[in-house]
Formats: sequence, structure tokens, C-alpha cells
Amino acid sequence: MKFLVCISNVPDTTTKIAFSDNKGLNPAGVQFIINPYDEIALTRALEIKEAAGGTVTVLHVGGAGAEPNIRKALAIGADDAIRVNAEPTDAYFVACQIADIAKKNGYDVILTGRESIDYNGAQVAGMIAELMNIPCISVATKLDIAGTEAVLEREIDGGKEVVSVALPFVASAQKGMSEPRIPNMRGIMTARTKPLQVVEPVAADCITASTAYELPPAKQACKMISPDNVSELVDLLHNEAKVI
Amino acid sequence: MSVLVFAENWEGRFKKSTYEAVSYAAEIARQLNTSCTAVVIGAVSEEDKKGLGKYGATKVLSVANDKLKNLEAGVYTHILGDAAKSVGATHVVISFTYTGKAIAPRLSVRLKAGLVSGAIALPTSLSPFTVRKKCYSGKGLTDVVISSEIKMVAITPNSYKVNTGGADAAVEVFSPAIPDGEFKVVSKEVKKTSGKIALTEAELVVSAGRGMKGPENWGMIEQLAEALGAATACSKPVADMGWRPHHEHVGQTGITIGPNLYIAIGISGAIQHLAGVSSSKVIVVINSDKEAPFFKAADYGIVGDAFSVVPQLVEAVKKLKAAHN
Ligand SMILES: Cc1cc2nc3c(=O)[nH]c(=O)nc-3n(C[C@H](O)[C@H](O)[C@H](O)COP(=O)(O)OP(=O)(O)OC[C@H]3O[C@@H](n4cnc5c(N)ncnc54)[C@H](O)[C@@H]3O)c2cc1C
Repeated sequence: MKFLVCISNVPDTTTKIAFSDNKGLNPAGVQFIINPYDEIALTRALEIKEAAGGTVTVLHVGGAGAEPNIRKALAIGADDAIRVNAEPTDAYFVACQIADIAKKNGYDVILTGRESIDYNGAQVAGMIAELMNIPCISVATKLDIAGTEAVLEREIDGGKEVVSVALPFVASAQKGMSEPRIPNMRGIMTARTKPLQVVEPVAADCITASTAYELPPAKQACKMISPDNVSELVDLLHNEAKVI
Repeated sequence: MSVLVFAENWEGRFKKSTYEAVSYAAEIARQLNTSCTAVVIGAVSEEDKKGLGKYGATKVLSVANDKLKNLEAGVYTHILGDAAKSVGATHVVISFTYTGKAIAPRLSVRLKAGLVSGAIALPTSLSPFTVRKKCYSGKGLTDVVISSEIKMVAITPNSYKVNTGGADAAVEVFSPAIPDGEFKVVSKEVKKTSGKIALTEAELVVSAGRGMKGPENWGMIEQLAEALGAATACSKPVADMGWRPHHEHVGQTGITIGPNLYIAIGISGAIQHLAGVSSSKVIVVINSDKEAPFFKAADYGIVGDAFSVVPQLVEAVKKLKAAHN
């Protein structure tokens, strides 16, 4: 079984976001991590590989700055890595890069996170699938594979659905699919010598661009209500905020 | 030039997010001086289909296909792609729901249309087409410009007010030929969420955290939710410990919500929690610690013990509801 797991490099969840001249993230003091949902996907791929055999390749579209996190993915257990040396500015561009590599190398399962926690687009998985004309199961909370068939559980509006699909397919991972692991010492040592191939991008268009950023408007000061006068809160919510 | 909107239904009924998407699409059409066509897939009553006119759709393309009972994103994409071509759509609007998240990226590739997912308002400019969305899980906002010929927007539920007042829409049958080979996903089981109100759709949400001490104390949280007609949510540790089901977990690693009212009880307000709820229109925090970070993000706050405040709140809400019935 050949897995391809796509990982993106995002600010740590505790980051206090600041923008430089509203043109982009101010990277000062920001620590970058593997996107948490991608790590869930990676861990599940490794679990299946360990049980059934196969290989797990991680793929990142982005600059060399992400290499420490690519090495981390190798330390967690991926067999090899590919980095497409291009700025990942637009989901369509990124999906074209991944689909191109996937077509050349032929994977059985392509996994991404349900969304990246920087742009929150939830676009790449579906785009890869459409570019390759294969199914995509998005926001999947479970993944099991037997032979050439996979059974997944996914979030749908109003609940969850269990579906089956034949290989190859794309899925985007949601919390629940696995519990991420911390790399051990041996993993960290072997990661240094695992192959990390850097390739140049194929030609693809960017069809969207983030042109400006700002912080959400600051909240007004919080109105405090005495715990001895709870009905005042209900009054305020009804008459002032008009939400109940 | 024209605007196409996917009018999603759940078991044959439109949802509030559907009316929001249709209203949003119709407003873009109005600004562009063109018409808005809605696509309905599956068995919805004729009356409801015509009724989309109320929200601004002038035409409804109705697709009935017995095989389309579950979410088969590839087939939905095929249908919507054909519909977009048939009406010459230059703008496509879809809800940013789970269904929308499955379909929008595929359709974006099919139409080679730049997609802004999770839009929170009308375009700030039609040329260049620019739409605002949240980024960094709600910690920032960004303006996205689409440069392709066709533009796509997936609009976040509860972020655009429905417009009403339009006349009935004209319903037309639309039946693109879908080869059997395109059905690739087999539905084995649907597990409906037992909660009365789906969290992602809820206008009012009552949420509680580790301050509740244990699952046995959730009775008062549920009573408050019931009195208000609200959905229930929780913080991550509460779901991790199994006190509450995972689908209630909100925050950076859970679901992101933007209800009109979010009441946080015994939740400290960690940055990862706030990321998922900061776009709530009004936030109420009830916490025994006056230094709890959540108060900085709140509109109304009570420093007090949840175990005495919440039961009083339930009574006060019941009284208000009784007075207005
Ligand atoms: C990568 C990562 C992702 C994360 N993602 C999420 C996420 O998506 N969602 C999320 O919620 N968290 C997330 N977290 C965890 C987050 O950092 C916090 O640990 C968590 O939100 C705390 O939950 P809590 O507020 O319920 O508990 P606590 O922080 O323990 O807070 C309990 C609060 O209850 C108050 N309290 C105690 N007793 C009472 C009482 N009797 N009456 C009233 N108040 C009382 C206390 O003063 C305290 O403020 C994430 C963490 C990491 C590292």
C-alpha cells in the first residue's frame, strides 16, 4: 500500500497572530508546526502501514524553511519525503503540484488534513481528487483499509456517515482518525538519513490571492453583572443585545 | 453573466444556511444587474422550490435522481458544473457546510474558478472580485481576490442575513446524464446526531468546560440550553475525558461556530478555544475566577460559581419566555 500524506507548515496553535503592514503574517517569534490535521492523517497512514505493509511518503509544497517539520514527519515514521520548491500561495496551485506528483508516482491513498489552520480553506483534498478524477472523502473521522477497499467515517451535516470506496482515493483527516505520536529518539536519528527529495514546481496558475490582512475588531469592554442579580443578564440579552 | 447558487437540502428540507446562500447570491446578482439561478438536487416539494424566489432566486433548476441519496461529491460536481455552463454562470455560491466543503473544491477545479471558502460577508469589490474571510482559525481576517473568469464563494453559515420579499421562482427540470461509473462512494450507514439542534447551525449555544467538575453536573447545562432553545457545546478536555461527545468540541481542533449568542460556563478561554468561537456575535462568560482570560473576549460576564449561577439563569430565562408567550 502506497500512501502519500500532504503536510503543510503552519504557526503553532498558541501563536498570537500579528501582521506586518497588513501584508502578511509577522513571523517574529512564531514557531511553525506540522498542521495538526495533517499529523492525524500521517499517524493513521503509519498505523495502517505497520499493520499491513507499504510505504508512507510525505509531501510538502513550500520553501526550505519547512524542512525541520518535514524531518519531524520522517522522525514520526514516514519513509521518505518530497518537497516541491515553490511558495504555496494558492490552493489550486498547490493541488496541481500534488496531483502532478501523485500521477507520476501512483499512490493508493492520498491524505491531507481537513483544513490547514492558517488559511482554513479546506480546498486542497477535493481539488487533488478532481484533478485526478478519483473520489475524495472529506472530513473523515475514521479510515480502515482491507484489500482494495477502504471504509471511512465522515462528518456530514446532521451527523456522520460510514462509506466505502475503492482505491485509489483522497481523504482529508478530521480529529478522531488517530492520536498523533511524539517521535522517539530512534526515529529522530533515522530521520536524518531518510531521503528528502526537492523538486521544482510544474507550471500552474494561481487563481486567488490574499491581498490584505487585519486583526478582527477588538471587543468592547465586558459588562460585568453581579452573581446575585442573574436576571439582569437575561434582561440585557433580551433588551440590549436582542439575542434572546 | 449570471449567478448560480447551490440550494442544499437535508432530507428534503432547506436549511437556514440554504436561505442565507440564496440571499447572498441574489444580492451579488442584483449588484451585477443579472439573475440568480438556484440548483436543487433531490426530492424537495414544488412549493419549497418555488419558495426560493422569496430569497431572490428567479429560476430553480431541479435535479431528481434516485441514486443521489447520499453525498457523492463527484456527481454533485458534475451536475453543478453542467448547470453553471447551461446558465453561463460567472459567479457560483455554495454554503460552507460539510456538504459544501466536499463539493466546492471539486467544482472550483471543474470550472477553473478561484474559490474563497468560508466567506463572512458580501464581496468588498466586484472588480477585482474581493471577498473577506477569516484566517488563522479566526485570529485574523484576510481579503482574497479571485482572478479567474468564474468566481466561487463558499459562505459561512450564520454570517449573512437572509433577505426576503421576492416573488415565486420558475422551476425547471434539469437532468444531466450521469454515467453509472461516476458513482464511486457507497453509503453504508448514516448516524444522525442525537442533539436536537445541530451545533454548526445553531443561533444560540450553551457551552461548558472543566469547571463543571464532572459529566454528572451537565443537567443544568442541558436545562439552560433547553430553556433558550440552544445547542450544547464543550471545551476540548471535556470531550477528551469523555464527559461529552466529541461532536460538541469547539475550538481550533474542534468545530468553529459563529452563533448569535455563546454562553461559556466554567471555560477558561484558552487561545485555542477562543479561535473556534470568537466570531460569536455576543459572548457571555460565567466563571468563578475573575482573572479567567475569557472575560477579555466577552460582552457580558458574571464572576461566580456556576453551580449557583446557572440554575438561577435557567429560572430567569423561563420567566422571560413565559412572559413573552
Ligand atoms: C494543539 C492544541 C489544540 C487545542 N484545541 C482546543 C480546542 O479546539 N478547543 C478547546 O476548548 N481547547 C483546545 N485546546 C486546549 C486549551 O489549551 C485548554 O486547555 C482548554 O480549552 C481548557 O478547557 P477548559 O476551559 O474547559 O478547562 P480549564 O482551563 O481547566 O478551565 C476551567 C475553568 O473553569 C473555571 N471554574 C472552575 N470551577 C468553576 C465553578 N464552580 N464555576 C464557574 N467556573 C469554574 C475555572 O476558573 C477555569 O477558568 C488545545 C490545546 C492544544 C495544545
